[in-house]
Amino acid sequence: MKKSYQSLEVNSINNMKKVIHRKLGINILHLGLVFLLTFSTALSAQEGDPVNGKAIFNANCAACHKLDKKMTGPALRNVEQRLADSEGLDREWLYAWIKNSAGMIKSGDAYANKIYNEYGGTAMNAFPQLSNTDIDDILAYTGAEPPAPVKEEVVDDRSNPESDTSSNGLILGALALLFALLAGALYLVNKTLRSFAEVKGVELVDQPKRKPLWKAFVENQFLILVTAILFLLASAYFVYGYFMQVGVNQGYEPVQEIHYSHRIHAGDNGIDCKYCHSSARVSKHSGIPSLNVCMNCHKSIYEVAEGTQAEGLAEYGVDYNAEIKKLYKAVGWDDVEQKYTGETSPVKWTRIHNLPDFAYFNHSQHVSVAGVECQTCHGPVEEMEVMYQYSPLTMGWCINCHRETNVKVKDNEYYTKIHEELSKKYGVEQLTAAQMGGLECGKCHY
Amino acid sequence: MSSNKKYWKSVEELKESSIVETLKQNEFVNEIPTDEFLGDKETLEASSTTRRDFLKYVGFSTAAASLAACEGPVIKSIPYVVQPDSIIPGVANYYATTIADGFDFASVLVKTREGRPIKIENNNLAATNGGANARVNASVLGLYDSLRVQSPMKGENPISWSTFTSETTQKLNATKEAGKQIVFLTQTYASPSTSKLISEFKEKYLNAKHVVYDAVSESAALDAFQTKYNERGLADYDFSIASTIVAFGADFLGDWQGGGFDSGYSKGRIPKNGKMSRHIQFESNMSLAGANADKRVPLTPSQQKLALAKLHSLIVGGAFSGSLPAHIEKEVQATASELDKAGRNGVVVTGIQDVNAQTVVLEINEKLESKAFNPKKPIRTRQGNDKAVMTLIADMKAGKVGALIMSGVNPLYTLPNASDFAEGLKNTDLSVAFSMKADETALASQYIAAAPHYLESWGDVEIKKGHFGLIQPTIRPLFDTKQFQEVLLLWNGNDVKYSDYVKTLWNSEILEGASFNQALHDGSFISQSSSDVVDDTVEASQDNVETPSGSAARALATSATSKGMELTLYTKVGMGDGQQANNPWLQEFPDPITRTSWDNYLTVSAADAKRLELVNEHEATGALNGSYAEITVNGNKLTVPVIIQPGQATGSVGLALGYGRSAGLKEEMQTGVNAYKLYQGFNTIQDITVTKAVGMHEFACVQLQNTLMGRGDIIKETTLEIFNTSDRTVWNAIPTVSLNHEEVEVTSPEVDLWDEFDRSIGHHFNLSIDLNACTGCGACVIACHAENNVPVVGKEEIRRSRDMHWLRIDRYYSSEESFAADDAKKEGFDGLGLFSENGSLGGFGELEIASDNPQVAFQPVMCQHCNHAPCETVCPVAATSHGRQGQNHMAYNRCVGTRYCANNCPYKVRRFNWFLYNGNDEFDYFMNDDLGRMVINPDVTVRSRGVMEKCSMCIQKTQKTILDAKRDGRVIKDGEFQTACSSACSNGAMVFGDINDKESKVAKLLEDDRMYHLLESVGTKPNVQYHTKVRNTKA
Repeated sequence: MKKSYQSLEVNSINNMKKVIHRKLGINILHLGLVFLLTFSTALSAQEGDPVNGKAIFNANCAACHKLDKKMTGPALRNVEQRLADSEGLDREWLYAWIKNSAGMIKSGDAYANKIYNEYGGTAMNAFPQLSNTDIDDILAYTGAEPPAPVKEEVVDDRSNPESDTSSNGLILGALALLFALLAGALYLVNKTLRSFAEVKGVELVDQPKRKPLWKAFVENQFLILVTAILFLLASAYFVYGYFMQVGVNQGYEPVQEIHYSHRIHAGDNGIDCKYCHSSARVSKHSGIPSLNVCMNCHKSIYEVAEGTQAEGLAEYGVDYNAEIKKLYKAVGWDDVEQKYTGETSPVKWTRIHNLPDFAYFNHSQHVSVAGVECQTCHGPVEEMEVMYQYSPLTMGWCINCHRETNVKVKDNEYYTKIHEELSKKYGVEQLTAAQMGGLECGKCHY
Repeated sequence: MSSNKKYWKSVEELKESSIVETLKQNEFVNEIPTDEFLGDKETLEASSTTRRDFLKYVGFSTAAASLAACEGPVIKSIPYVVQPDSIIPGVANYYATTIADGFDFASVLVKTREGRPIKIENNNLAATNGGANARVNASVLGLYDSLRVQSPMKGENPISWSTFTSETTQKLNATKEAGKQIVFLTQTYASPSTSKLISEFKEKYLNAKHVVYDAVSESAALDAFQTKYNERGLADYDFSIASTIVAFGADFLGDWQGGGFDSGYSKGRIPKNGKMSRHIQFESNMSLAGANADKRVPLTPSQQKLALAKLHSLIVGGAFSGSLPAHIEKEVQATASELDKAGRNGVVVTGIQDVNAQTVVLEINEKLESKAFNPKKPIRTRQGNDKAVMTLIADMKAGKVGALIMSGVNPLYTLPNASDFAEGLKNTDLSVAFSMKADETALASQYIAAAPHYLESWGDVEIKKGHFGLIQPTIRPLFDTKQFQEVLLLWNGNDVKYSDYVKTLWNSEILEGASFNQALHDGSFISQSSSDVVDDTVEASQDNVETPSGSAARALATSATSKGMELTLYTKVGMGDGQQANNPWLQEFPDPITRTSWDNYLTVSAADAKRLELVNEHEATGALNGSYAEITVNGNKLTVPVIIQPGQATGSVGLALGYGRSAGLKEEMQTGVNAYKLYQGFNTIQDITVTKAVGMHEFACVQLQNTLMGRGDIIKETTLEIFNTSDRTVWNAIPTVSLNHEEVEVTSPEVDLWDEFDRSIGHHFNLSIDLNACTGCGACVIACHAENNVPVVGKEEIRRSRDMHWLRIDRYYSSEESFAADDAKKEGFDGLGLFSENGSLGGFGELEIASDNPQVAFQPVMCQHCNHAPCETVCPVAATSHGRQGQNHMAYNRCVGTRYCANNCPYKVRRFNWFLYNGNDEFDYFMNDDLGRMVINPDVTVRSRGVMEKCSMCIQKTQKTILDAKRDGRVIKDGEFQTACSSACSNGAMVFGDINDKESKVAKLLEDDRMYHLLESVGTKPNVQYHTKVRNTKA
């Protein structure tokens, strides 16, 4: 989503540079829209600006409230009307509640306490910074009619490629027919010419039969020897290649129980790798995030944006919203009641990166001490819809990096003395990990 | 020219007898048992598998197996649903807790990984018993014992806890109605909260009694102390401030009076300002304390009693009525004068289970006003009362006991009169055994209340008056278990949790306003006012007779009679009272003295062995075999294998308790014989008769050469006098070699074959071992076992010298009276006349035989991490190489198992994996057990078959310390670097650190005059230092 916005913006800026007079038209359009909107909303709710209200709502309320869905707090569609109808509460009550809900609970207001208890004894944050006008705007926004659901026009994308292949087949068939015709014609011409020659009595000279090439080859022992050697060398090469890739799982891309898209999380949303893989900072394991970490965000993100959902269906054949439901099931979250059921079914992820037991690797050494980017070894994770193993994770690969990478010694008191002495000894400005001892067997094998 | 000669092999052939003809036709003289191998013809024909089918199957399975090998396995990883805050995968957490199993009491730190306890470490914050011995180190494996009782049982059927409580409560009430006794028979808990719970129970059930029973009793010492100081406890001793220590049959470096005295002792043994403590030991068995003594006098138990009475008369005064042999009398008099000279710095201890002997010792220490003797803060870790136990058994047989509730005890195994107990047990209406195992007693009880391991329990303990320890769980209970105290709370009708109960009690009665969380964090708490939390729940024997001074000594002297041989029962460092018998680490732990594992045995002196025709022999493989002997005590007969023990007092024999258990044990662990059967009247000293029995016993002994043969460069030692008066070159000379006909020190670079690698930059690790401070206790051996995933190989493999211990403690006896005399003898050999009087051949043969009362030396040996390592140069695949930090690395995945390195190692520290110990069902120890595997340290590779392994100087620990410092961006302080052995050594014998840090302790030790390297003349330049043993011997 974010990405597409960005590209839109870029486009419009480019356009503006190129054709500046267009801006006028856009502005007029904008103005007209704003005018229309203000006019229409002014009709439905007496006061308050729903556009501004939406902005304030998104900034302050959306973390806990949705218009049509119960979340941390109740759904707020037509909240004013609802309260007025069922509880007989007016806008003044809402002003007071929003600005200081805790105070109202303390003062013993009946409905305030009812709501407080209904939502598990968690008081709503106080918003003293909101003015009455702001709250009017918010209420105007919540009071607006829901937009008519857009009928989904699902375009059957799959029919296109199918017709493509059929047309390809047609063309190929025609070509094949053409070639067949040509070959037939050639044969006929040849036959006719021969019959002409026969009729005319022209002697067709048969060329003396030469020794076939293969026979000559078989009889030449030197050639056979050379070929055999070449053949053996080639097969040795391939056999060696085969054996060397045994146990190397570069490109391993298993299907996981829950389709988790690193592209959306790390790429589009730009979440830091170590937000979820937090133990990479302090432990040898980067850690598979426990499900409570997912729920930090997914407690409120119960579905993806429509564009993302469509993209997922079209490009990857994945229903992202269904995947979120899988998460809820695993963690035991009842989305309707907004509470944990306690029935969990831990996710069995298929492990992708797996070093043999005899190799010791510590994430924190590389992430925290050396400051190596995750992508250095794990590749462009932020572009991976499905996670795969980017690097071979072989010893040669480790060692190459240790030979080429300088030790990050800046502001690290541990290295001060050893680096000063060692760099003098080796006569270099910057020590590599190898020079620091990073190639010693026992550093990784114990 | 053909020859007419006829060659014949025998006369029969010449005569062409028929037998020759028959034999000619038969290639094999005996018929080959083909039927046995193939089965008989009928079975073969009945089988539906034809030969072709068989080949098909073989071919198919081979092909399938090789195809499957090409495909990598799919590994599933399951993260937490909700990850606990304190757990980060890959990072260890440490919790302080206390072990209090009735035999071992120690404050410890528990290392947990991903919620699994994997190692026990010393709690350096604890002032008392902060050092874990070998058994405590091994106790973590007991948590993962697959034979644990997994839920409460009624007879053989598992029941639920609610059924258990309702049924038992009903029966308890019925017993109350019937007016019969309810008796708690427990181990020593020394727990304020448990005492309070039991007294609350007594308020509810007025007819309840509490009997404390120690399997290995200290009742005599407790009675003596109680009579004198009106408090049931044991006097505390601080050997670090004693200058003269005299012990009569007390293995105070082992389990004497609860143990834990060795770290204080070791402090006083390191020569400082020309002074160290002097230790004189009178004993019959060769014990750890005796092995460390400066002067050891082997005496039979009855002689010990006389000698002690004599010493009492010499120091306290009073007449001595008895006769001692002249040479012993002389020794006692010399000891008395030394004690006199030491004055307040002298101390006397005894382990003789006799109230008089214990009283005499208390009187001597009082008279000396010994500073090391502290009766004001008595030790509470032994509270058993023999008389109360005997009364209980009598009551049970008389049918007076309605309900018997046992916890932490196994009387059917540990009682000498177990049959009486079993009979009584049948008379009770209710019998409950709180036990982790379906042991002898639990099986005979109506209910087995599945008890948790101490690492799953809450609790508290008062180790010493005013010195408290807290027990906290480090893992959720693995099985459906409840601890004794939890059930007590239920019976008392109290619905608080036991943890809350402890907390409330501590806050109100113990902590004096200090923070409970701080105490829980530290694991221990010392009360400033040392309030008296006297355990008044325990049945005390009321018949204490006040004895006037001096009468005890007289009574002691008159009681010192013996008929025939005298047996002293003792506990081994590895097995203790036997409750951890199902622990393979402890079974395989070689006894420090005999170096024999998987057995107990009768230790016999060489003279008695000769008289009784008992022998020890070595098989061609080097394995040790010993004769069996039949011993009889009051008509009880027992057949035990014999080990000839140098230093055993003639006329005495020794036998270890704790073996011979069978219930609740894996078959492999059912080793030895049950010596508790001889433990009559709770007396460790028994009169017995010994006769030779038929057959030879196969021992698993890891050390075959018992003497040093005068090779003084392996263990360097000297006397305090020489150490104080002479230069280092006299008693710790560096070996020399000849260079251009000049003697040059072997450490100098010009005689070295190798170019020295510059190690002055970065860290350079050294491990220092002080032979003076090392008592040979073996805590390091088990700590190494736990840290480095060392496999257990079993008795048969040990017999083949295939033990896997990365760290061993060699024990050497002198052949003459002392090692110095050995050296002198060797130097005096005449190289020419081999068999002459001074001949080297016969002479060396003599040196192989240990003296009757030898000097003993312990030497921990692990990989020496030679800077010029012989193993590295011979490895054909460069699997072993050297790091800049001084460690000799071993890359297991590179090793192809040629074993050249082991052959080229002068220290014999490399171990070869003959089998896949973690995947071969023949080795049913912890590594082949899903539960047992939980103890494996995830930071160390589990080695496979066919590779070499050895001590890595705990590179995983040094690397972790370095990484932590790098992450924090700081310099590493001295003391941060530790190996498993150095951190396990509470005696301060092992110090580890970085010698490039010139201020570090280990760098200073390297410059110490006592420092030498093992086999320095070989020129390997090891990174392990040894410190010359100094003995405080007097001419």
